[in-house]
Amino acid sequence: MASRSSSSTAAGGSDSPQKPTKTKRTRRKTRKARAVGDMSRQMGESHRRFLQTMMVSGVIDEQAAKALYQYCCETHHTQYAPDKLEDFIDIINSRLQPMFMQIRKGMSEDNGLQYYALVNMAETDITRMSSDYADNELELFRKTMDLIVCSENGKASSTDILNSTDSMTTRKMKKSETEHLLSRLVHDKWLSEKRGEYTLSTRCIIEMEPYIRTMYQDHVKVCHICRNIAFQCQICENPTCGIKIHNPCVARYFKGKSEPRCPSCDDFWPHEIPEVKRPHSQSRR
Amino acid sequence: MTQRKRPSSTQSSSQRRHTGNLVAQDEDDDVAFTQPSTSQVQRGLEKLTPAQVDQKTAEVVQYFLVKDQKKMPVRRADLVKHVVKDYRNIYPEILKRAARTFDQVFGLKLVEIDPKNKMYILVNNLETPDKASPIRSPSNPKMGLLLAILSVIFMKGGVVRENLIWNTLKKLRVDPGEKHEEFGDVRKMVTDEFVRQRYLEYVRIPHTEPIEHEFRWGQRADAEVSKAKILEFMGELHEQDPKTWTQQYREAHSLPNSSQASTSSSSSSQR
Repeated sequence: MASRSSSSTAAGGSDSPQKPTKTKRTRRKTRKARAVGDMSRQMGESHRRFLQTMMVSGVIDEQAAKALYQYCCETHHTQYAPDKLEDFIDIINSRLQPMFMQIRKGMSEDNGLQYYALVNMAETDITRMSSDYADNELELFRKTMDLIVCSENGKASSTDILNSTDSMTTRKMKKSETEHLLSRLVHDKWLSEKRGEYTLSTRCIIEMEPYIRTMYQDHVKVCHICRNIAFQCQICENPTCGIKIHNPCVARYFKGKSEPRCPSCDDFWPHEIPEVKRPHSQSRR
Repeated sequence: MTQRKRPSSTQSSSQRRHTGNLVAQDEDDDVAFTQPSTSQVQRGLEKLTPAQVDQKTAEVVQYFLVKDQKKMPVRRADLVKHVVKDYRNIYPEILKRAARTFDQVFGLKLVEIDPKNKMYILVNNLETPDKASPIRSPSNPKMGLLLAILSVIFMKGGVVRENLIWNTLKKLRVDPGEKHEEFGDVRKMVTDEFVRQRYLEYVRIPHTEPIEHEFRWGQRADAEVSKAKILEFMGELHEQDPKTWTQQYREAHSLPNSSQASTSSSSSSQR
């Protein structure tokens, strides 16, 4: 039904009732015509404030985004409808598009919550980071990404990352430099760290998804349930099946099921089923 | 920055013919940039498609946003050399469109802070809201401290010796001599980071031994911070009518915001 693919997309437009005879193109045109022609869908101060906050924060969870949306509308006395966040973001995105920027939505592999990130669409490579990182730092980031993508559990240990500096082609990094770089990457929200192991941050996955799909097309795992790229996931043990499911997607899919079975081959799902995590928002409450 | 596609060779050579009298023919570092005239801009625009002009405007916008993320001012010379390049003959038009985008999309104002050296910053154009944002911002504590410093400077007539600022911070339990839990090297943050960001000016007082400096408001503070709001806050703090500080009140309310430096005028910041 939706005219966008179900991989992490630009925050999609609302699903309004459509006549079955309309093609995808006319549906998109109708939505666009509505957006352009209707004065109430122009960019206003509330949109600008939302965008400015996104520029400062980089990535926020869905609950925070909803609270921010409400705050922006109330501050600028704009009509506020709680279920119209996606429309609101659509308007911002239509104006960001010429600058190859978008606010995109994606799921955290840790808690399964939806996040919104302001991303740069122009670069097809990690050169988007080149204004902040030196060449050898970018090389090490690429190596870390290699380790994470090709790993079974979607993690890279600090030891493995340190060892990978041996094979660097740009200026080699000392242990202390590597550790400093890793903490910068975590601070800048490219990587997440837990107990000495590094994973790709939610923002990183949202922003680099097209790059990762292209660069690692032979290695990258895709979640059978939500169709997005997957790093921290469970794998069906059936050698002829081998489908992957994100940990949070496992939690949601198998919730309440007494005997979990693979959705693809029906074999018994042998892994421990995690709990569905409750939202714990970044917003002030 | 990424390598941008240059316009086709035939076009750039015809552009070069037109711009020959404006800039040096070779893409040199120290190209002296003369502002093209309105008719030259008009002629330049006629030779380009709207898509090309839009694309170049978008690149300028991105360049500014990247620089502004670090609160670094943008020099016109760098902008022309790294981004505008072959489109320099329509530079005023591109800058005008970029300014419009900053205003309409981002709620930012493009402000010229140095008319002599042609430097620009992006300033927040949205009004300060009454209620705080639901999103915790990492920069908030720094801004709080900065505001305290700016308040002291403003209330003391616009310039203070550095010792007064250090003593004020000590009273706020932020000791410049010690490493602070939140701010780290406080002295560096105040004399280096805030100065580079153009929030403060930190200038050596001549003939002082040992060397002493004085603090003033920086150009970004002039453009972004409302003196009227500071006075209002002072009034609440001391339970006084802001008007009782006649000098400061006059200064805070004499300048409408529009008289601050803009892209078209070349007024220097008022003190």
